[in-house]
Amino acid sequence: MREQTANSVSVQLIDIVKSFQAGYNANDHVNFSAYPGEIHALIGENGAGKSTLMNILYGMYQADSGKILINGKEAKFRSPADAIKLGVGMVHQHFMLVNTFSVLENIILGDEDTFRFDVIDMKRSKQKVIELKKSFEINVELDDISGGLAVGIQQKIEILKLLYRNAEIMILDEPTAILTPQETEELFKTLAELKNSGKTIILITHKLGEVLAISDRVTVLRRGKVTGILKTNQTSSNELAKMITGRSIESQVIKKSAGGEKIILEVNDLYINNDRGSLAINGISLIIKEGEIFGIAGVEGNGQEELAEAICGLRKISKGTINIAGIDDFKKSIAHIPANRHKYGIVKEFTLEENLILGREKEENFSNGWILNNKKINEFSEVIIEEYDIRPENSKALMEGLSGGNQQKAVAAREMTKNSDLVVISHPTRGLDILASEFVHRTILEESKKGKAILLISSDLSELLKLSDKIAVMYNGRITGELDPKSTNENEIGEYMTGLKSNKR
Amino acid sequence: MKNFLLIFITIFLFTSCGKKENNTVTDKSKIKVGLVFDVGGRGDKSFNDAAYRGLEKAKQELGIEYEYIEPGPGAEREAALRQFANRPDISIIFGIGFIFTDEITKAAIEFPDKKFACVDYTYDSAKTLPPNLVALEFREEEGSFLVGAIAGLMTKTNKVGFVGGMESPLIKKFQVSYEAGVKYVNKDCQILIGYAGVTGDAFKNPGKGKEIALGQYNDGVDIIYHASGVTGLGVFEAARETKKFAIGVDSDQNDEAPGFIITSMVKAVDVAVFEVIKEVKEGSFKGGRAETFGLKTNGVDYAYTEKNKNLIPQDVRTKVEAIRKEIIEGKITIPVK
Amino acid sequence: MNKITKYIYSAAGPILSIIISLIFGAVLIALIGKNPIDIYTKMFSDTIGNSYGFGQVMFKSTTLIFTGLAAAFAFKAGLFNIGAEGQLTIGAFASAWVGITFVNFPWQIIIPLSLLAAFIGGAFWAGIAGYLKARFGSHEVINTIMLNFIAMALVSYIVNNIYLVPATIHTPEISPESVLLRFDILTGMFKGSPFNLSFPIAIGACILMYLIINKSVLGYRIRTYGFNPFAAEYAKMKSGRIILWSMAVSGGLAGLGGLNFVNGYKHYFELGLSENAGYIGIAVALIARNNPFAIIPVSIFFGILEYGGLTVNTLVPKEIVTIMQGIIILLIIAVTKIFEKKFKVKTV
Repeated sequence: MREQTANSVSVQLIDIVKSFQAGYNANDHVNFSAYPGEIHALIGENGAGKSTLMNILYGMYQADSGKILINGKEAKFRSPADAIKLGVGMVHQHFMLVNTFSVLENIILGDEDTFRFDVIDMKRSKQKVIELKKSFEINVELDDISGGLAVGIQQKIEILKLLYRNAEIMILDEPTAILTPQETEELFKTLAELKNSGKTIILITHKLGEVLAISDRVTVLRRGKVTGILKTNQTSSNELAKMITGRSIESQVIKKSAGGEKIILEVNDLYINNDRGSLAINGISLIIKEGEIFGIAGVEGNGQEELAEAICGLRKISKGTINIAGIDDFKKSIAHIPANRHKYGIVKEFTLEENLILGREKEENFSNGWILNNKKINEFSEVIIEEYDIRPENSKALMEGLSGGNQQKAVAAREMTKNSDLVVISHPTRGLDILASEFVHRTILEESKKGKAILLISSDLSELLKLSDKIAVMYNGRITGELDPKSTNENEIGEYMTGLKSNKR
Repeated sequence: MKNFLLIFITIFLFTSCGKKENNTVTDKSKIKVGLVFDVGGRGDKSFNDAAYRGLEKAKQELGIEYEYIEPGPGAEREAALRQFANRPDISIIFGIGFIFTDEITKAAIEFPDKKFACVDYTYDSAKTLPPNLVALEFREEEGSFLVGAIAGLMTKTNKVGFVGGMESPLIKKFQVSYEAGVKYVNKDCQILIGYAGVTGDAFKNPGKGKEIALGQYNDGVDIIYHASGVTGLGVFEAARETKKFAIGVDSDQNDEAPGFIITSMVKAVDVAVFEVIKEVKEGSFKGGRAETFGLKTNGVDYAYTEKNKNLIPQDVRTKVEAIRKEIIEGKITIPVK
Repeated sequence: MNKITKYIYSAAGPILSIIISLIFGAVLIALIGKNPIDIYTKMFSDTIGNSYGFGQVMFKSTTLIFTGLAAAFAFKAGLFNIGAEGQLTIGAFASAWVGITFVNFPWQIIIPLSLLAAFIGGAFWAGIAGYLKARFGSHEVINTIMLNFIAMALVSYIVNNIYLVPATIHTPEISPESVLLRFDILTGMFKGSPFNLSFPIAIGACILMYLIINKSVLGYRIRTYGFNPFAAEYAKMKSGRIILWSMAVSGGLAGLGGLNFVNGYKHYFELGLSENAGYIGIAVALIARNNPFAIIPVSIFFGILEYGGLTVNTLVPKEIVTIMQGIIILLIIAVTKIFEKKFKVKTV
């Protein structure tokens, strides 16, 4: 790290206040600073105000009060375009690439300096990108079409986009959430290069391991307030967790041994088409018994979602069979936590309690078949809020006002408490903070102890290793590996995920 | 935004100060007429405008004042009649069109001090008319028969057309008597029939009128008679475009497409309106009766003026005049259904 | 933000836009050389200033409440029902048919029967549009517009050829037992205006819609589908059934609107009785943000506009009044949107 003086501070947020609803500040007098040549981790629970703060820094939101200083000078951002002019840029969780454009085109798209006399100066632009690639050792083929590229590569394109716009301050929002272990490693290398060249890197993350591995300093937010600013080499995972949650947590989840013998789900030689009509599932067979947690690993887009949807009766099967024990009309009562929660799992215009009965509205508890029993629904909701620690603790709160993590807890709560022998779960803890993740993990284990069969799809390998009784790896619509979580590790799974290895067919 | 408001307010002040009208002062000795138009409203160059001409003429020659309302369909007719009936300064109220029959009867009973007159009133001999209401009836079938004869005599393609507004018994009467007129002089002539719709709106849809007329002209028709209010303006447009002929209705519509309108079946609505106002002025108004206007009294006729004289050959004129005589003498029975 | 300020904010948009549009209308009136103050004075004194005028306003509003509810109900399912005009016509005719046919029934039987007929008539007609959408995916806007034309033609054909009283445009009268009495007969108020017992039925329909939408399983599903059809699919709701039901109830509400004219006012079915109420209902629902209770005041406001237009018809050409009405609707929608953005007020 370079010598740090007050003058060399690249980002300073002073006394930022931002409120979305009266009486509650999403950012409550937050101070934050970062230096050139620093990787600064920003951590905190869901709804702690991390995203809000960073959205203010890169111009998406405007603070109610407080100041932004960039390199010591006060800045007023009315839009992300203003921010990028002063060198502040952000890589989002969801990439914003034009699928049909080449990598180069995506990088230069929308940048004003690209134009000379209103014509794109391709040659000059390409030269600049090549230089950037070289100096930061970022390896992408500029002429590839962006759409089909792996997420790791797409993320690199996003980073190049910022570099091309001369960003000095780069915000990355949970950059590793969807990466394979190998891709994560590569990303960290790139981040180190960027740091060495004097850029300021701000990393929003939930994974304490990553924080400890690559950051220089950490700022912790809790309920809109800063609870700690620490040097990474002077702290520990336990201390951070305590600061995040305000209490110490037991991180040990006790795993039980696999359950009974009764087969709950049997999938036989299954073929499924995706939305574009090409083969998404290419001959899959699997069996899940009661009390068993069956983990499925894989880079996203290798058929996991199609499999989950088919099992839940949301997608047509082109060949093969799916049998679910004890359920004649299996379309009705399978608990399902979908991957795309915003699209499928919730109705954001509904209140929390209304969301908690989605798909369950005809259950005896909630209606007599015609009329909703609002009192019972409310009681149920109050219990769930208490049990799952959903915030705000208000059954009548609109879903769109809840943070992503709390929305997810609501979906998980609804599906986990559903009376179903089989639970299909996609990415149960994506975007969740440590406490919530632990909680969801415990719930999954508890439900499996009760004898439920659980199909667990996740790209978080540590999660799979921790919970699963069996792990299958999917690659290109096939199961390429079946592994025993006790005897495998993340690196080995990663090799199966990328198609380097296969122990089947 | 601020500037906009400023401009608006300035205009507003200017115009409202400058043009303050004195419409509240009325001369008590003057008779005031309230007239409620049919669905087509003013500007149909036909039926309603004819009534308006009657009003204007009365204003010029009798020195009366008038106000009018153009109601929509449904409940607005009655509301409009009541609006006038509630006004102390208005002494006679007109309803223009058969559609007023029920409402004006009711109003006449409820407001016995006011006088009412209804053009095209559907007279039911089984019921007695209120003593303060006069029903004005026209024998359109006689006029339609005559223009039918003209069309039958003048067609070169042996195909003529008819465009009606709203498909209803009233317009059917125009159609049937027109057909009879055509056949009376030209047995083999083919007649194409078209209607613009089934609601009151069919009387104010020139686009539709043009569409139907173009279709008929393309099928070889060379003369179209319309009974369709404003919709007929589209028929004239089609005639002008294809250089074919049309026959107007209610008023002399020659000016709408000079050279292409052979004649018009004229209903003297203006005369009827004027006459009633005159009676009121002279104190000779007598309600509780129906007054019928036919060929005999020139209440209906076909237009034959300086403007369209040269479009009707002399021999046609002679034959048609002969038919007129026969009708008046009762030698021809004209079908109406 | 607490509830009350929220309501104030959501009401502020429409109110502000009414004020703006009144200014706009004043300019328009001034431009044709009339004094806007005179015109407005007349417009208001003749509508809400006396009991006859107010009765006329309430009569117009009654139909609009029904058609407004119809549009709002379909909106809840994310569907656009443009066909209230046709559904109302069918409902009105069905009710008239009952009144004409079952002459000997006492009112205790024939009134519920008329209600049922009007509802089922409209529901059936809108149900066709719903079925076509659910079964073949053809867009409900096209379906309902086309069915409007068909409804008008069909009813007109039936009336003209079977039920017509010669030389009129209406059917024979319904039996006296099936009449919904007018308030001027019942109370002596609103003398001469056709304001009648259809109004409490309209209020009842508002309550009914509120209950269905907010308290029933069907309503829950309708709202789910309206907000997020993907979530409905995920929750295994049968989208076809939801579309069919919401269109049918929507059409049924429009059909009930026919009672106001047929059973409450003229006591016969008359061609053209819908007076565009079906289309104005869409604007009513938009401005009331599909809230069944907000629909009542908004309908009354439109009733004032509609009847007010007639009262100043002798002074201002009809076209100017129509233009003003159009501008008011556009402004209300635009200003409401601006308010929504600025103050982040949203009503569900």
